[in-house]
Amino acid sequence: MKKTDVPQHKSSLNNVTKELCYAVDETGSYTKNLSTGWDIKASALNVAWKDIENRIAHAKEKVLKGEASPVLFYMELKLMDFSILSSYTGFFKWTIKRHLKPTVFNKLSHKKLKLYADAFDINMDELKDIRFNGEDTK
Amino acid sequence: MKVDFKHIQAAHCENGVTTNLLKHIGVDQITEPLAFGIGSGLFYVYLPFLKINNGPAIAFRTMPGLIFKRTCKALDIPVVRKTFSSKENAKKFLDAMIFKHQPVGCQVGVYHLSYFPKQYRFHFNAHNIIVYGKENESYLVSDPVMENVTCLTEYELERVRFAKGALAPKGQIYFPKENTVVTDMQISKAIRSGINRNVRDMIRIPGPIAGVSGIKYTGNKIKKWRTKLGLETAKLYLAQLVRMQEEIGTGGGGFRFIYAAFLQEAYRYIPNGQLLEISTLFTQSGDMWRNSAVQAAGIYKGRLSEQNDFDIMADYLFEIAELEKKAFTELSKIKW
Repeated sequence: MKKTDVPQHKSSLNNVTKELCYAVDETGSYTKNLSTGWDIKASALNVAWKDIENRIAHAKEKVLKGEASPVLFYMELKLMDFSILSSYTGFFKWTIKRHLKPTVFNKLSHKKLKLYADAFDINMDELKDIRFNGEDTK
Repeated sequence: MKVDFKHIQAAHCENGVTTNLLKHIGVDQITEPLAFGIGSGLFYVYLPFLKINNGPAIAFRTMPGLIFKRTCKALDIPVVRKTFSSKENAKKFLDAMIFKHQPVGCQVGVYHLSYFPKQYRFHFNAHNIIVYGKENESYLVSDPVMENVTCLTEYELERVRFAKGALAPKGQIYFPKENTVVTDMQISKAIRSGINRNVRDMIRIPGPIAGVSGIKYTGNKIKKWRTKLGLETAKLYLAQLVRMQEEIGTGGGGFRFIYAAFLQEAYRYIPNGQLLEISTLFTQSGDMWRNSAVQAAGIYKGRLSEQNDFDIMADYLFEIAELEKKAFTELSKIKW
């Protein structure tokens, strides 16, 4: 990449930092340059977030319909998967899968619920009823 | 309590931590490209059975932690490295180091890293920062990918040091043990061994998924993504590939430009014209990676959607694989 080609596009890092990249000057020597962003990668990040938003919306719908427990919604909201959630809570992955059933979830002890609430960084009311959580609409 | 410490921005976090910590102990020659090259940082791997954020697991760099480890080893610098099972002990140890004016590298998770914008905060646990002081119950932090230094509260730092999931940091702290002077001879020797190891990792590594063969393997996969996964998921996969390659922390072009810069710097220690020629091959490769990203963006933005567009994307990767194979073969033939 030539120094003059270092992209200076908008990105969500704009108010935070510029990023350093290496590019060649007129003589072909590498120099350090700052870039504000590149639209190609900004749109790649947008694609990833669109997918996350879809997943959250889909999970929300399932929970409100009573087809899944709030664990599914918060797992998507906090960008987790079964293995990450398992490592935060200490539950096995298959246990978490079982807890996705509302009937099983509703019978969980306070202690177990607390583990989920801590992992998701929310309070117990939010965990029991996702309507108390407004984070996804922010 | 503040250590006299100089923050220098880097393209990649572990390079930056390595460079800044080594400079601090008196290794004046060290730069980011040198640390990356001596640590044999360039790599490629596609792990077909693993998924990250619901997309393919692809890396353009070597395993986290190795760049610091290898660079220090190659320069005969002893290292202190510690992980903790208890948060209290982790904090006590960190505070003790800062009290001794010792800046330390910390492995952290990005998800709770408060100074990053939300869009960048995924559950990625192999980020590296330097903690170099403490003022008013806040830790002074030098994050190499940021232009300026920043800070984290005790709680915030504890949280990122004890993030969970894959590659959990477990409070890991590391730093060079003592002040050292490194000679130019040692640097030349380290450069040679770094290059040789990178040759091994890229063209001699067995199996189809890593090194230059891994790039080809990914190309073959991409050809099948549209029919196998459906267009929407295929778009997600391509976007993920581009992010691993171009996002903050890579210096662009999947680290290839940093490597090209490394070969130019290597020439100052080992005046062999071939290093400069091979450096231009890596510049070309980085440029081709970026062109492939533009093609991929055409697909994930919805402008391109035919099988032929995926085939073109795959052809870019085949071409890159050939070019990098050539570059590393030539590196392997250099008579030192």
